[in-house]
Amino acid sequence: MACSSLVKLNASSSPWVGQRSVNQRPGSSNRRVFVVRAGSYTDELVKTAKTVASPGRGILAIDESNATCGKRLSSIGLDNTETNRQAYRQLLLTTPGLGEYISGAILFEETLYQSTTDGKKFVDCLREANIVPGIKVDKGLVPLPGSNNESWCQGLDGLASRSAEYYKQGARFAKWRTVVSIPCGPSALAVKEAAWGLARYASISQDNGLVPIVEPEILLDGDHPIERTLEVAERVWAEVFYYLAENNVTFEGILLKPSMVTPGAEHKEKASPETIAKYTLTMLKRRVPPAVPGIMFLSGGQSEMEATLNLNAMNQSPNPWHVSFSYARALQNTVLKTWQGHPEKVEAAQKALLVRAKANSLAQLGRYSAEGESEDAKKGMFVKGYTY
Amino acid sequence: MGYTEEIKCRSTLGSVYVLFCVIFLFGYIYLSLHYLTNFLRLADELIANAAYIGTPGKGILAADESTGTMGKRLSSINVENVESNRRAFRELLFTTPGALEYLSGVILFEETLYQKTSDGKPFVELLKENGVLPGIKVDKGVVVLPGTNGETTTQGLDDLGKRCQQYYAAGCRFAKWRAVLNIGITEPSQLAINENANGLARYAIICQENGLVPIVEPEILVDGNHSIDKCADVTERVLAAVYKALNDHHVLLEGTLLKPNMVTPGSEAPKVAPEVVAEYTVRALQRTMPAAVPAVVFLSGGQSEEEATLNLNAMNKLKTKKPWTLTFSFGRALQASTLKAWQGKEENVEKAKAVFLQRCKANSEATLGTYKGSGSLSEGASESLHVKDYKY
Repeated sequence: MACSSLVKLNASSSPWVGQRSVNQRPGSSNRRVFVVRAGSYTDELVKTAKTVASPGRGILAIDESNATCGKRLSSIGLDNTETNRQAYRQLLLTTPGLGEYISGAILFEETLYQSTTDGKKFVDCLREANIVPGIKVDKGLVPLPGSNNESWCQGLDGLASRSAEYYKQGARFAKWRTVVSIPCGPSALAVKEAAWGLARYASISQDNGLVPIVEPEILLDGDHPIERTLEVAERVWAEVFYYLAENNVTFEGILLKPSMVTPGAEHKEKASPETIAKYTLTMLKRRVPPAVPGIMFLSGGQSEMEATLNLNAMNQSPNPWHVSFSYARALQNTVLKTWQGHPEKVEAAQKALLVRAKANSLAQLGRYSAEGESEDAKKGMFVKGYTY
Repeated sequence: MGYTEEIKCRSTLGSVYVLFCVIFLFGYIYLSLHYLTNFLRLADELIANAAYIGTPGKGILAADESTGTMGKRLSSINVENVESNRRAFRELLFTTPGALEYLSGVILFEETLYQKTSDGKPFVELLKENGVLPGIKVDKGVVVLPGTNGETTTQGLDDLGKRCQQYYAAGCRFAKWRAVLNIGITEPSQLAINENANGLARYAIICQENGLVPIVEPEILVDGNHSIDKCADVTERVLAAVYKALNDHHVLLEGTLLKPNMVTPGSEAPKVAPEVVAEYTVRALQRTMPAAVPAVVFLSGGQSEEEATLNLNAMNKLKTKKPWTLTFSFGRALQASTLKAWQGKEENVEKAKAVFLQRCKANSEATLGTYKGSGSLSEGASESLHVKDYKY
């Protein structure tokens, strides 16, 4: 515009006190709302996050939707009924001594409202065992129109009131899982949607007293090398943290659930735990502000032992955040196989859970050794195109 | 053509073709490897230099005042703004016995880069001999952003790559670019934040491509009557935008430094204790600065010499997560009382040097959290250096 070159723009001293530039829009001196980050739950959120991120402990993820739980049960020949799901979760949640290695348990909505066969609420069992109850709040993945066959995660509608209800029932943290696929690009659209959805969910969770676990899973599928995974992970996390900041999320009151930086499942070379640790820590150091108290890795199809070894490699020197686990299959696989649905095998199955939980607890402290691990623990659990 | 002649012709062409492809392939592989190893070597050097600047016990002397700004300094002690006086003052600083020990880097203005001591030794050489990395201011000042309430953006990207190459050849190993934002009723605007963050990111990647560690400086001016909470909120928003831009532009964070303002109340608001400044500042960094960045080199922005040192000291005493070094990059807060002691007079040089050494040592201790406060402050050490609406 010609008027932009007028004298006023180059006028002397106080350009921002009193004087206005030629292009000043009318009404733009309206008061801007000064946003304060702290909400009514901030102190509690910070405390809960710190508790979950305590040394030597991690999260047991048992938030499989009914459909997915059905897959697990059918793998040991059981029907997908509420009774069976309740029995299985009871086996896990009433394992004596679990609280020594597990600081939090993510539940599915059904489980949050269930009780043991004796009538004791699951949330009470957990609390007494010093385990913080958490809740999956997303409503699953659906195709993302206009993308390269990618998905986005639903669940924002009514999230505030649902979160408030879950808080009343006893949940103190939430989880939302979105995915990014490297073979599909990922497209800028998919990354943006994933990051923005997580940021909105995190903000709403905190507003209702739940510590949000932020989970953008970069799927293992693909034949790409580890350098490509690092590139994509850096991009995804840069976007996630930027949108979290824009949504005024309090970083001291969140937890992360990233995938480790590994080569694609179909890549010709496997990477050693030390290589995975190096790449993963590089990514974390470049993207995660130190204010975040805990990083709880997902296992995403690695074998039980792989997941533990990799975690151990990451904890060989001090990190600015607690680096731990939030495992589902990597904690439950042997348990399921041991139980087979037989009541007399419950104790043995619970012992198996403790074995894996203890191994990962040691890995969190950097003191795990692979001696004495069973063959089963080494079996890979990658399923191509896995849908939860 | 006859049958055998055709075969011979074809096979000759064929082998020429194959030979050409082989040469092309080797050339391609060689160039790719060459570029890759060059890039890796460059990355290693950037990372090493950035880490060195953050050595505990050391910090940066910002002596990059432009000719105009130097004029203001000199006129405050009634000294003429001529090249010889500017050279003399910088020589005073660089030849102070023992001072260079406390410095990991010195930011120079272009003129100073090519100046020498009165004995004829280039300043750059003197610094290098004493383990001090020479740095260079590369921005070309601020211009107003039309449509805003006087907010600015920083110039200097044109031909920056070429200039960086020249500076590297002259001995520089780091660069500095100052972006300016301010706090007001509607400031900083999203436009100003985005524009300045983008400028910093472009500058940073160009520097890295040419071997210079970029100091990223998004200064939020202290002018105003806002609370420390407001300053914290703005600082956190600005730094989030800055790091997003750096990440989008593929800047190697391990080879950068951050030069932010400390989080304080506005200049017209009531003061707070150093411990409070420390808590707010470190918290803002915990929320925005990835651990990959090796060090923070704070600007003093108008705080008095003693204030700046006490605040830095409090930060280093704070028991909390600090995966980066917290050190100084002070201009006025290192030079003010030295300038006063000098008065442009030869007979005052020794006294002035003693004052400068004292400030260097004090800030070195502050980076270790061991500063005990000056028993006897030299004249001017506690004097506020804030000039409202300060223009560099």
